[in-house]
Amino acid sequence: MGREMAGGQKQPSSATSYTVEQLVAVNPYNPDILPDLENYVNEQVSSQTYNLDANLCLLRFYQFEPERMSTQIVARILVKALMAMPAPDFSLCLFLIPERVQMEEQFKTLIVLSHYLETARFRQFWDEAAKSRHIVEVVPGFEQAIQAYAIHVLSLTYQKVPRPVLAEAINLEGLSLDKFLEHQVANNGWKLEKSSSRGQLVILPQNEFNHPKLKKTTAEIVPLEHVTRIFPILG
Amino acid sequence: MATSYEYEEGHQHSSAPDSVGYDPNFVPDSVKSFVVHLYRHIREKNVYEIHQMYETSFQTLSERMFKDVPWPSVDAVAPYVDNDHVFCLLYREMWFRHLYARLSPTLKQRIDSWDNYCSLFQVVLHGVVNMQLPNQWLWDMVDEFVYQFQSFCQFRAKMKNKTEQEIATLKQYDQAWNVYGVLNFLQALMEKSMITQILEQEKEGLEQFTATDGYDYNGGSNVLKVLGYFSMIGLLRVHCLLGDYHTGLKCLQPIDISQQGVYTIVIGSHITTIYHYGFANLMLRRYVDAIREFNKILLYIYKTKQYHQKSPQYEQILKKNEQMYALLAICLSLCPQTKLVDETVLSQMREKYGEKMLRMQRYDDEAIALYDELFSYACPKFITPSAPSFEEPLVNYNQEAYRLQLKLFLYEVKQQQLLAGVRTFLKVYSTISLGKLAAYMEVDESTLRTILMTYKHKTHTVDSEGKVISNAELDFYIDDDMIHVIESKPVKLYGDYFLRQIVKLEGVMTDIDRIKLE
Repeated sequence: MGREMAGGQKQPSSATSYTVEQLVAVNPYNPDILPDLENYVNEQVSSQTYNLDANLCLLRFYQFEPERMSTQIVARILVKALMAMPAPDFSLCLFLIPERVQMEEQFKTLIVLSHYLETARFRQFWDEAAKSRHIVEVVPGFEQAIQAYAIHVLSLTYQKVPRPVLAEAINLEGLSLDKFLEHQVANNGWKLEKSSSRGQLVILPQNEFNHPKLKKTTAEIVPLEHVTRIFPILG
Repeated sequence: MATSYEYEEGHQHSSAPDSVGYDPNFVPDSVKSFVVHLYRHIREKNVYEIHQMYETSFQTLSERMFKDVPWPSVDAVAPYVDNDHVFCLLYREMWFRHLYARLSPTLKQRIDSWDNYCSLFQVVLHGVVNMQLPNQWLWDMVDEFVYQFQSFCQFRAKMKNKTEQEIATLKQYDQAWNVYGVLNFLQALMEKSMITQILEQEKEGLEQFTATDGYDYNGGSNVLKVLGYFSMIGLLRVHCLLGDYHTGLKCLQPIDISQQGVYTIVIGSHITTIYHYGFANLMLRRYVDAIREFNKILLYIYKTKQYHQKSPQYEQILKKNEQMYALLAICLSLCPQTKLVDETVLSQMREKYGEKMLRMQRYDDEAIALYDELFSYACPKFITPSAPSFEEPLVNYNQEAYRLQLKLFLYEVKQQQLLAGVRTFLKVYSTISLGKLAAYMEVDESTLRTILMTYKHKTHTVDSEGKVISNAELDFYIDDDMIHVIESKPVKLYGDYFLRQIVKLEGVMTDIDRIKLE
């Protein structure tokens, strides 16, 4: 259950983006790369990739030189950060954005959306997101990323989840939900079960968080470096 | 907004320097002798003597003769040290440090001090320094550099009471204490010193750094290497001051804080490292990492603080100690993991914050006010790094950065406020139905589901490698509409303990072997 499942955002791999990563590594405090980083945000949006370090670096430059800030770029970074849930990236970005900027309408909306996700209120989240299509829909893959986060939280919590609870969390119902479930059953080890009381139950794959027995008995691992300390004695 | 948040501005004496009778060009005999000897010891690379003079003589002289006046000017002492360029830069660095600690620096002095750091670091970066300086001194340089940067940002942000003269000076010297300049110096020291590679190679046994406490016993200089090493901690601190916790922790990564290292040799560096590491993890919601390290260092301070009573850093040690107890209290209130904390530390913390922590568990405004109070008392002195706009009406913006971090932190606390209630109920059941728990908590079932999922989300963090890690002492899972509670039993880890005892035993046996019976 690594970060890659959170939204299915890949790390960029094309040759050009590799250059930007290098730029950030070599010039983390050189504002000359600001335009490159802005282009890179747009590239992340269009190619459905994600690079937190580069985006934080850009927000840092905005923090140092507020007059160069583009709120449109900031909004895109924040949407991408929402898509990286459950990682705390959205807060990491907010820590760097001055309060008066956060007062702008589009940022207030994004903060509300983040609040709903942080408190697992998916119904409210999807309602609010529907009202704010102009902000989130410019970023491809948004819905899928949030669904992936919802499934992540559900899998931490449930062994068996009632179908309506799942439906609400991922904002799918009827036929599209059937199709989605079919896909999960075929590919990701989900199972369906008839519950006596209220219709269908979805059995989520077991993991160490929803299934205590799978919790790794923290077998004691002693790193080699620690053992090397006694090598001279053993010799 | 809490009022306990004070700035360190003029943190010792705010009174104007007592200039009556102070002649910057007069060099008393004791100062003559001090610089002559210090200069000689530096040339002879006698680290032990340098350290003595730096730690003891400098403090004693300051206390006796320069309690509320600056030391003699560098020009006045230069003739006694062959006008040595590097020595004069070092002397001036100490001169400013003393001034900042005991008097309040003027704007011009702040700018001069910046220039002195630029010259000093440039000399070091160009590799023309061949001396060995004590770790304590090198740490103090980096520490003071960051402190003066922070102090400058706070000073500049108080625009309301600036004179026209000061504003003109600020405009004229806009590069002084510029945030890019500060970060680039630290970064350059780190890179030029190759410290990251040195630490990597040391792991493979190809290089010695930690083993020699950073000193060079082959005739080389330790200055660039150790400054580079401490710069990583400097970068962590600057990034925390800016609210960039992720980047801060990244800068610290080359140092393995699970082990002793050069950073633990100097108490100030040890505390600064762990304080900022812990704080950054608290803000990243990695409470367990923060708790673990706070616990270790608080125990260490508890056991060793009597040895530092005479140190000039003693007051700072005590202050950071208190602040870290407050941060630990916050962490444990949000993420009860008392099993991770040593008995001694726990009882100290309960003595200080026990009653407040009980109230922080509640779901009301008073609880929030207490989180506010503890956070404001214990957080770093956040800064706004950008220069003011001189055109607009001049306003103070020195609290802006702090207010933002506080607001976002309290936002997080509010999102977690219902979790303490859930925890209390889950503690007493091994299984309970959703309906029953919802009734106890006086919420409907679907709200309860969101609360339980919030509990899961907030107690599971993503670590620096992207792996999901549980921070929950008390966990559960839901099967349809039945909650099953899992209490985790901590596993005692013996490996490290035995390794340490083996090394200790070997030491004791070597000592015994040395004893010759008559």
